[in-house]
Amino acid sequence: MSTQMATTGDNIPLSAPRAAVTAAEDVSRPGAALETKTVGQVTVANPVVSARNVNVYYGEKHAIHDVSLDIGRNAVIALIGPSGCGKSTFLRCINRMNDTIDSARITGTITLDGHDIYDKREDVVQLRARVGMVFQKPNPFPKSIYENIAYGPRIHGLVANRADLDEIVQTSLQKAGLWDEVKDRLEHSGTSLSGGQQQRLCIARAIAVDPEVILMDEPCSALDPIATARIEDLIDELRQNYTIVIVTHNMQQAARVSQRTAYFHLGDLIEVGSTDQIFTNPGHKLTEDYITGRFG
Amino acid sequence: MSSPTAARARTTQQKVAAGLVRRYRAERRFRAYGMAAVTIGIVFVGFLFWTIIAKGYTAFAQTFVALDVEYSAEVIDPAGTRSREDLETADYAALIKASLRQKFPEVTEHSELRKLYGLVSSAGEVTLRDRVLANPKLIGQRERVWLLAKDQVDMLVKGQVDRALPEEQRNIDNQTIGWVDRLRAEHRVEKQFNRRFFTGGDSRDPEQAGVGGAIAGSFLTLVITLLLSFPIGVAAAVYLEEFAPQNRLTDLIEVNINNLAAVPSIVFGLLGLAMFIQFFGLPRSAPLVGGLVLTLMTLPTIIITSRAALKAVPPSIREAALGMGASSVQTVTHHVLPMAVPGMLTGAIIGMARALGESAPLLMIGMVAFIVDIPQGFTSAATVLPVQVYLWASSPERAFVERTSGAIMVLLAFLLVMNAAAVFLRSRFERRW
Repeated sequence: MSTQMATTGDNIPLSAPRAAVTAAEDVSRPGAALETKTVGQVTVANPVVSARNVNVYYGEKHAIHDVSLDIGRNAVIALIGPSGCGKSTFLRCINRMNDTIDSARITGTITLDGHDIYDKREDVVQLRARVGMVFQKPNPFPKSIYENIAYGPRIHGLVANRADLDEIVQTSLQKAGLWDEVKDRLEHSGTSLSGGQQQRLCIARAIAVDPEVILMDEPCSALDPIATARIEDLIDELRQNYTIVIVTHNMQQAARVSQRTAYFHLGDLIEVGSTDQIFTNPGHKLTEDYITGRFG
Repeated sequence: MSSPTAARARTTQQKVAAGLVRRYRAERRFRAYGMAAVTIGIVFVGFLFWTIIAKGYTAFAQTFVALDVEYSAEVIDPAGTRSREDLETADYAALIKASLRQKFPEVTEHSELRKLYGLVSSAGEVTLRDRVLANPKLIGQRERVWLLAKDQVDMLVKGQVDRALPEEQRNIDNQTIGWVDRLRAEHRVEKQFNRRFFTGGDSRDPEQAGVGGAIAGSFLTLVITLLLSFPIGVAAAVYLEEFAPQNRLTDLIEVNINNLAAVPSIVFGLLGLAMFIQFFGLPRSAPLVGGLVLTLMTLPTIIITSRAALKAVPPSIREAALGMGASSVQTVTHHVLPMAVPGMLTGAIIGMARALGESAPLLMIGMVAFIVDIPQGFTSAATVLPVQVYLWASSPERAFVERTSGAIMVLLAFLLVMNAAAVFLRSRFERRW
């Protein structure tokens, strides 16, 4: 994948939209051609998560239409698009958080390392231990900082003794860049931290169970620019070890942190490509209109 | 410079200014309505408290008469065995009568003697017996003892008898008043703190009647109510709120729970009579059945408040737990329940306070009986505080009036403590997130 982009959305040169003709081909499995309207390469080699023809319905409402998308290993993919376009819905399919909504119905397949996560034999608890999630609004448990991190390892039985747990708490907080700020007050309530610290606490909590994929649903939308910058740096570091899917409304943020970008529009996955290409040379008129700020 | 925009702004300002006076007046009027409503409420509550306390505070003191009692060995223990059994069954009334005769030697006529003996309550015999049993050496000696006075004497001493009335319109005659006045002049009449009112059971004699039995009955009944209604109510609320699918059946259940909360309590009493007593054959008048009936009555309240407490837990906490891979049960027990418990407890206490003040359904299952003994267990016959109030309020004796108000004060005190506990819990454990 490409290196981190230095450019931001503001100074992306406008280029003429290319015709939406490139039919995506599955390069990882030659011969298994993929039918999709999406512009750009939806497949990657050796994906962690692979979604095929995913449709989501909330009751009568058809929220996502036939989305196919691969998510590559140890990379950041940004899902962008106007409000209500289905990007959060798609994100929540990956760890089956949509299961909690009674009216939600999902068709198609999503595989994690080749296993269908919607298979009846697949356990949702196990899935969520492998696919962590960070929410829009920081939501630490109203317990101590220590307990916030220790909760996941404890319920999944990852540790045998207190020393191991202490170790996990420390490394998770270190990875989330929060250790130095809270090491003297681990017994304080997680809710006593500032918004940015709370969000990093939530990230630390997610990585404490060592997931493969971390889903982030607009993780910075409730934070100020300084806290946002810290989270973005953190995301970039976490990329070494984790696969990250981030939903964001902030196009500069998508450009800064991601290597691939997927543009959703009214439930359709319009275009996928390397972040460089999407922001410099979008293939679809809608993508170009969105990133140049003509709507959204 | 007067551009069209500036002119428009000026007219807007003028219009706003014109309406301001009216707006502020409406606001003041609205505030006045609110204050009037609060004032009316306070006046009524104040009036209620004033009448109850003014009538009832005298119940906490009781008149005692000091008599010089001769513990005559011939009366108490003629056989001289000093055995406990003999001392327990001795005729202590005779000692009191003897000491009264000695005090008023001029009274000899049979009917007058009966009146004289009526100065002291029959509880005096028990007082003497207990003293002798505690110290058998008293036998053969003389001692001044404070004995409980009869209710008419008590009323006279408390100034609730109008001496100006003609004799036949009073329930205490001139002769008796004369005796009491003589005893008072000798400082042999005294009002003492009425411990018996708090520890004793009910009695036909007003001076001996206490709320102790009713308090014990209320306590036993509420224990059953709390033990059953809180776990069942919370479990039902958790299931309905966290696990049940949203469909017609759960809608129907919800409507019915809200409906049950509004059913008159006497209906629950009839249900309890038919189900627990007639069908299951449980004993009548028992705190067990009372508790079961009050459980039926309290359950809807507890379910509704518990569901509200669960609803108040922000969904982000549930998402956080589920996102960490907690199962739904873990999410509820580790995160949602601990945050909802203060609200649930508040609801439970308010439900208990309602149950404590409830009398109608208990009348139906026989807890209205006249019960002298303090109930010892969940199946012994008992009554409860509000029913005791009802029983005394319908008794003819003048002395029961102050006791009725006294019992209401005790009931109000318990209610106040419980509601204060609810407020305390709410503020103490209210979490911010």
